[in-house]
Amino acid sequence: MIEVQQITKRYGQHTALDRVSFSVAKGEVLAFLGPNGAGKTTTMRILTCFMPATEGIARVAGFDCADQPMEVKRRIGYLPETPPVYQELTVTEYLQFVGRLRGLSGKILTASIRREIERLGLGTVQHRLIGNLSRGYRQRVGLAQALLHDPPILILDEPTVGLDPKQIIEIRELIKNLAGSHSVILSTHILPEATAVCQRVVIISGGRIVAEDTPEQLSARLRQSEKISLTLKSPAIDTGTCLKGVSGVQNVFTSGAPGVFLLECELGRDVREEVARLAVTSGWGLLELKAISMTLEDVFLQLTRHEEGLEPDTVAASVESAGQPV
Amino acid sequence: MTPVQAIIAKELRSYFVSPVVYVVGAVFLLIVGLLAYLYLVFAGAQAIQLMQVQGSAQLNLNDLVFRNLFASMRFILLIILPILTMRLFAEERKLRTFEFLLTSPIGINEIVAGKFMSVFLVFLSLLGLTGLMPLMLALFSDFDWYPVLTGYLGLVLLGALFLSVGVLASALTENQIVAAFVSIGLLLVLWLLSGLGALLGDTVIGQAVSYLSFMEHYDHLVRGLVDTKDLVYFLSSLALMLFLSHRVVDSARWK
Repeated sequence: MIEVQQITKRYGQHTALDRVSFSVAKGEVLAFLGPNGAGKTTTMRILTCFMPATEGIARVAGFDCADQPMEVKRRIGYLPETPPVYQELTVTEYLQFVGRLRGLSGKILTASIRREIERLGLGTVQHRLIGNLSRGYRQRVGLAQALLHDPPILILDEPTVGLDPKQIIEIRELIKNLAGSHSVILSTHILPEATAVCQRVVIISGGRIVAEDTPEQLSARLRQSEKISLTLKSPAIDTGTCLKGVSGVQNVFTSGAPGVFLLECELGRDVREEVARLAVTSGWGLLELKAISMTLEDVFLQLTRHEEGLEPDTVAASVESAGQPV
Repeated sequence: MTPVQAIIAKELRSYFVSPVVYVVGAVFLLIVGLLAYLYLVFAGAQAIQLMQVQGSAQLNLNDLVFRNLFASMRFILLIILPILTMRLFAEERKLRTFEFLLTSPIGINEIVAGKFMSVFLVFLSLLGLTGLMPLMLALFSDFDWYPVLTGYLGLVLLGALFLSVGVLASALTENQIVAAFVSIGLLLVLWLLSGLGALLGDTVIGQAVSYLSFMEHYDHLVRGLVDTKDLVYFLSSLALMLFLSHRVVDSARWK
């Protein structure tokens, strides 16, 4: 449904996007991850035909964004970073205006408005001025706007910003339900969101795509060592040194909490059994022992920091939830 | 409802929800009413003087009241119309709804047309209210309606031109105050071009510069002369301003 080939966007001397290519299949949800200024919004603006790319081709639903913008715009629901709402209108009036701009009228318009008001839980505020609504409600009105004409493609720039945790879960459910029938691109800072909602993640940094894969494979690919978390009830002073003595353990860190140790082990070696035996025989009071897989957050930090020329080792260390070597 | 009608309806709603239209309208009507009253009182005083000297006097309301009033309204419109137009695009850009508007499946010409039409309708309704004044005067005195009507035609065309300059200025910036000042400045320059033209005298350049100003064209209409040349001036400059607004809005996407 969406095809982006070698897109470059330059603002004068500054290159915001550098030969970016990716594609989204029908019914797929793609997450765009990246630090601020990475080029997420720029990509979305090109796809929605708000601005043209300097070089490269962007095609949406088979239509070129540069040549047939009207056809593209008709098929896209777009939620920009700031919800595009008019404060002086009520929710219903606003949705009526949006629907009319997109060629809806009569019963279809009324039905679409009712559907979105219901879907996004706007029933209680539908006759209130948008200017008097809280940030969360405005965000939901913005989403209602993007969904109103039931477009096959949705482009959502940070859709869950400003919502409370319950609403975030609701919106994620909504997006999950849209998958299958709709193609969705969403950008986010909240990494668990990408894991929860998306089939594929594109990590973008400095205008370049640094990784593209499923959330699980990304973390698997980037795991450089096995990590084990160990919680002890009554650790001795020499616990750290003893743990380091276990064969296969490369490094031991203490984390902030008392009695919690992080063990970095050789890849492919499971030292849990041995560590457990040592803990029991030494009488440290074993409370918890578990393997840690790298979260998407770690992957993200690693990829985007690596970009700045940091050594992978220092990055790995800084990822250890601020652990200090023993 | 077509997209243009939707934009007009939305803009009218925005205008009448905010206090701006009411404040601007009240000030406009107050000043116009006050000026009309003053011109009438002066005309009355002049008539009394003439009575004492000649024994009889014919009060010419067209010359003494309406022409003066139409001349003054130029300046009032120059000040207040930019206040009405300043929000049209500047506010959209400030509140980030500009992106939404440009990613909607409508053309930029429809957006510009809708916005212009909405503020033009607001202006027409304000101008319509001043129409009460000649109607009331007609109850108590005799005057020639023809130049009054052509004067109103002049006001409509002049207002349309001022509004289109305001739309252009609003498209240039996201700051509403800047938009208002830019349009007032542009209109004052257009105004002063007539003075510059007069200074250059009866040369080709002088005439061309005078032609660029709205002053002589408006003046003809106020005096009751409906000339195609003047209508062409107003309509073509209106079209030019709206075209430039279209270009400015379009180019704003590239930044």
